[in-house]
Formats: sequence, structure tokens, C-alpha cells
Amino acid sequence: MTLETRTDGNRAMAWLRNFFSAAPVRLVVLGIAFIWTLPTMGILISSLRPEDSIKASGWWTMLEHPFEAAQWTMANYARVLTTDGIGEAFINSLLVTIPSVVIPITIAAFAAYAFAWMEFPGRAVLFVLIVGLMVVPLQVTLIPLLRLYIGWDMNGTFLGVWLAHTGFGLPLAVFLLFGYISSLPAEIIESAKVDGASPFTTFTQLVLPLSVPVIASFAIFQFLWVWNDLLVALVFLGTSREVSVITARLAALVGERGEQWHVLTAGAFIAMVIPLIVFFLLQRYFVRGLTAGSVKG
Amino acid sequence: MQETVVSGQTSETSWWTRLTAGPLRILVSLIVPVLTFLALRWSFAYMRDTEANKLLIGAVALIVGVGAVWVLFILTDNVVSLLPERVRESVRPFVFVGPALVVIALYLIYPMLNTLWLSFGNANGTEFVGVDNYLYLFTSPANLIAFRNNVLWLVFVTGFVVSMGLVIAVMVDRIGFWEPIAKSFIFLPMAISSVGASIIWKFVYSFQPAGRPQIGLFNAIYTAFGGDPQGWLIIKPWNNFFLIAIMIWMLTGFAMVVISAAVKGVPSELLEAARIDGATEIQIFFGVIIPYIQGTLLTITTTVIIMVLKVFDIVYVMTNGQHETEVLANAMYRELFRFRHYGRSGALAVILLLAVIPVMIYNVRGFRQQRR
Repeated sequence: MTLETRTDGNRAMAWLRNFFSAAPVRLVVLGIAFIWTLPTMGILISSLRPEDSIKASGWWTMLEHPFEAAQWTMANYARVLTTDGIGEAFINSLLVTIPSVVIPITIAAFAAYAFAWMEFPGRAVLFVLIVGLMVVPLQVTLIPLLRLYIGWDMNGTFLGVWLAHTGFGLPLAVFLLFGYISSLPAEIIESAKVDGASPFTTFTQLVLPLSVPVIASFAIFQFLWVWNDLLVALVFLGTSREVSVITARLAALVGERGEQWHVLTAGAFIAMVIPLIVFFLLQRYFVRGLTAGSVKG
Repeated sequence: MQETVVSGQTSETSWWTRLTAGPLRILVSLIVPVLTFLALRWSFAYMRDTEANKLLIGAVALIVGVGAVWVLFILTDNVVSLLPERVRESVRPFVFVGPALVVIALYLIYPMLNTLWLSFGNANGTEFVGVDNYLYLFTSPANLIAFRNNVLWLVFVTGFVVSMGLVIAVMVDRIGFWEPIAKSFIFLPMAISSVGASIIWKFVYSFQPAGRPQIGLFNAIYTAFGGDPQGWLIIKPWNNFFLIAIMIWMLTGFAMVVISAAVKGVPSELLEAARIDGATEIQIFFGVIIPYIQGTLLTITTTVIIMVLKVFDIVYVMTNGQHETEVLANAMYRELFRFRHYGRSGALAVILLLAVIPVMIYNVRGFRQQRR
């Protein structure tokens, strides 16, 4: 802050004063962080305990003697992955999520480029329409799409979910990518034109590589959104073991195995693993993507 | 550039351009989405018949899906390049923007209008019933509870998330070394799905009859202080607040991170000047920091409102709307899948849509001002 402008003696004094006035604040904030973490800690620890001991005592009792190896087990994980179908659901989640991220990005990037650097009738109106559609609650689309899918024999297929996520994610993707692509310097685009590059080449060779940061932000947002989504998966895929994603499978397990915490905690933690990895490794993009994408309907 | 070549024929080509450009634009817009769709459908059907391994299906579908989109974009562009000069340049933008417009029209605009229409119809959409569905929703006791609960969610989640996010953001700014660590842990629930969060909290609220060891954190603390164990999720109307707490837990860190970035943008000269003038930290908070970041506060508030309005997962997993915890989005799902009532389900969706229209208008106006 402004500490640099002071003399050394003053700086030490200020640092001391700052330290002591900050101490209660620090305590409060760390206390909040601790409370915020407790619930998650509860399921992580419980997922590693045998079924009987989960029922017999609170998970916090484990912290009294954490190094007794006998009280920890991986059996719950082995069980949910196989018997309870979480393993299959995990793969289904990946199969649903990856195309649901890649397809909208491709289509949106082309559109954003056109909105930013090409002239066509209705450009302004269409873009404003897209801005407006961003916050439309997707509930409003479910019934007609479900009826269409039933008619086309596409209900309960991955294809149907991919396209649904593509449609729901497109307005946001176009909006974000447009914001970035339209702010690229006009000279670059012009000079490519002068060099005889077609719009298509300009887009693929020049604009796309330059847009990697915004694409990464949107990709992370959309990935987490689709991975964590329950509603779209429930409506268009359903809960049959063969196709259901991990969130839907977990929700079904809550109904089937209400008080079997060894199953639920391990299952919940498996569902959290990938988002947590993304969270810790790519926190900067994660925050950026979430902030930009939070308006999605 | 090359326009000079054909300048002599301007008057002749313009009517021809106008005549052909429209249909051609629609045509090129449709090529990518329709052919991609057909390719995917065909490959899916083929693999279903051959009973291929699931991972193989995924890999093939990904290659076909992504590959087909790209190949078709290239193909369409090449086809358009064969067109005569004038037509070409007026059609080309639609090679780029067309597919997105087609997908948006099919997946957002058409369903929106159709839902609006269905909301005035009977259970299976065969008969027009006027505003009957809306009348029903605004009079049936069960749905009135859903409205009440949505208001509770809106007020309490938004209020707590924004105010706690703000307070923590200002505090976290002053703890030096620990700042990123504290932030990470408070922000972490945002990475978890609502379903995961619901399981986490269902465990916190877990109930065992008196005498048995309490394994839920809440009842353990409550009984330690001499209370009788409670089934928190069935105590009306307080159970709503136990569900609301889950969303507060999920979103506070998000609000904190966004507001924290804004707080760091407050110029330090401004804060120093206020301190020299003898302002207390509380006065600085209300007099300097809040006015400076009010734009961010407004954005985060509308964002949280939109998220809360559509709350579904938490209620679906925790109580499925039992014990007077129903909310609109869950009621909509229930009308659709349990009662198969397109009319009422549609009407609930339309109500959600109406509720976000102010935000929609605000966004559009904000965007237009920014562009000007």
C-alpha cells in the first residue's frame, strides 16, 4: 500500500500497528473459512470410514486419533464405483460434458467473429436478442424440447443432451467471445485482408489463436456447469443406469439409500473430484469464467 | 477491392443479389447444423445397432460431432466462394453466424414461444383453456407455498450472500499472508454441484433418535448443549431456512471473490485521505468503499437473484418439496413428470421467465449504452 513512502522506522511501527489491529480480523476470517470447510470435511472423512463406525460415532471423533490405520478404508469407494453404478455414471458424465463444451465453443466462435468483423443486415438487432436470451431460465424450454425429442426418438440419448447444452450455452458463449474478439485491434484484421486472406483463413489462422484466453474461461465455466447440472440431465437423459450422469445417479442414490452414509459420502466425493481439480489448478480462469458466466439462464 | 471489376453491372446485379441472397443465406445457415445433426444421428443409430462399447461410442461421437462441425464450416465456406461476387459477400457472413442463429432459434426461441402457448392449454396441450392454469397456480394452497418459499429464498439468499460476501471481502483484504488461503476455502463450495452440496448438508442435518450417537454435526452440537435431537428438515417453516443455508454456503465465496476484486480497486489515496480526516473504519466502509463499488454490488445482486429464482437441485435432493419446502422450479418439474400437465408446468416456467424480464431489459440497456 502506501507503506513504501514512509521511512524505515515508521514502516516498522506501522507494520506492528497493522499486525495487531489485523489480528482480530484475521481470527474472524480464518474462523469463517474453517466453518465453511467443516461440512465438506465431514463427508470426506466419513467416506473413508467403515460403514459401522460411521453409524457409531461422529466423523469428528476420527480427529482424536487420526493415525490409526485400521479405522480408515477405501472399501466405500470400491463399492460405489461398482455396485452403485457411480463408475459408469462418471464415464457418462464425461461423455456428456466434453462434447457439450466443444460444440458450442466452435459454433459460437464463428458467430462471434461475424458479429464483430462482418457486415450483414440485422446484425445489431440479432446481437441484442442474444444478449437478452442469456438470462432466459432454461425451464421455459424444457417441455417443447422434450416433446420434440420424444417425436424424433432422441429422448434419453447423449446426442439430445449435447445439443440441448449447446443451445443453452450458445448465447453466453457468443456474448463472451464477441466481447473479446471485437476488441482485437482492427489493423490486424485489416492487414490480413490486404494480404489476401479470406475471412475464413483470417478467422482460423489469426482470430482463433488470439482468442484462447476467453475460450479457456468459457470452456471452464461450461464444463463445470454441465458437469454439475442436474435438471437438463434429468429431463433429457433420465435416471436409467445406462445413460444417467453422476449428479442424477447421486440424486437417485439419496432416494434409494437415504441413510447409508458410507455410500452417499463416497459417491458425492467422486462427483466433486474433477471440479475440485479444476478449481485448484486453474483458479484464475475458474474465477474469470464463473464471473463472466454467472448470468447464464 | 475487386468491386471495381463489376462496377459496370451494379444496377443489374443488385436486384438479382437481393432476390437470391435471402434464400441463400437461409440455406448456408442450415447446412452446418442440419448435416451435423444427421451425421451424429446416423452414427449413433449405427453404433447402437452394433452394440459398440460405450467409450468407443463417446470417442466416435466426439470425433464426428466436432469434426463434422468443422468440416461443414469449411465446406460451406468453399461452396459460398464459388458464388458470383456480389451474392457471395452478402451471403458469406451467414456461413459464420447462421449455424448459431439456427441453434438458438430451435433451442431457445421456438421452445419459449411454444411454452407460452402451452401455458394457456390443458394437460396435454390439446385444448385452449385461457388463463385457467395461472388461476389455478395463484389459488392452490400448495403452489402459494411455493411462491412464498421462492420469496424467502430470494430475500434471504440474496441478502446474506451479498452482505456476507461484502463484509468478508473487506476483511479478507487486511489479513495479508492468509488472504488467498482463506479465500480459497470460502470459495470452494462454488465448485461443488448442488447435488453434492445437498448430500454434504444432509449429512450435517442428519438425525438419529435420542439415545443413539448423533452423527450429524448440527444435532451433535445441539444435544451437547442439552437439546433433544431434531429432524431439522421436517420442522415447518424453519426447514426452508436450512435449505436456504445451503445456497448461502455455496454462493457467499463467489460474491466475496467478485466484490474483493472491486474492493482492491478502491484507490488507496482515497482511503488514506479519509483516515487522515479522522474517519473510523466503519465510516470508511460505508462512506468510501460502498459508494465506490456499488456497480459491482448491483451486478452481483442481480446475478444471485437470477440463480436463486431457478433454485431446483437443492430442493429436489433434500426434500423434493415435501413438508412445505416446495419452490417454483421443482413444482414445474413435478407438474411435468409426475402429473404430465403441460399447461401448469408451462405456466410455472412462464412465471419464472416473467420474473427475469427486468434483468433482461437491464442487461440489454446496459449493453447498448456500453456500445454507444
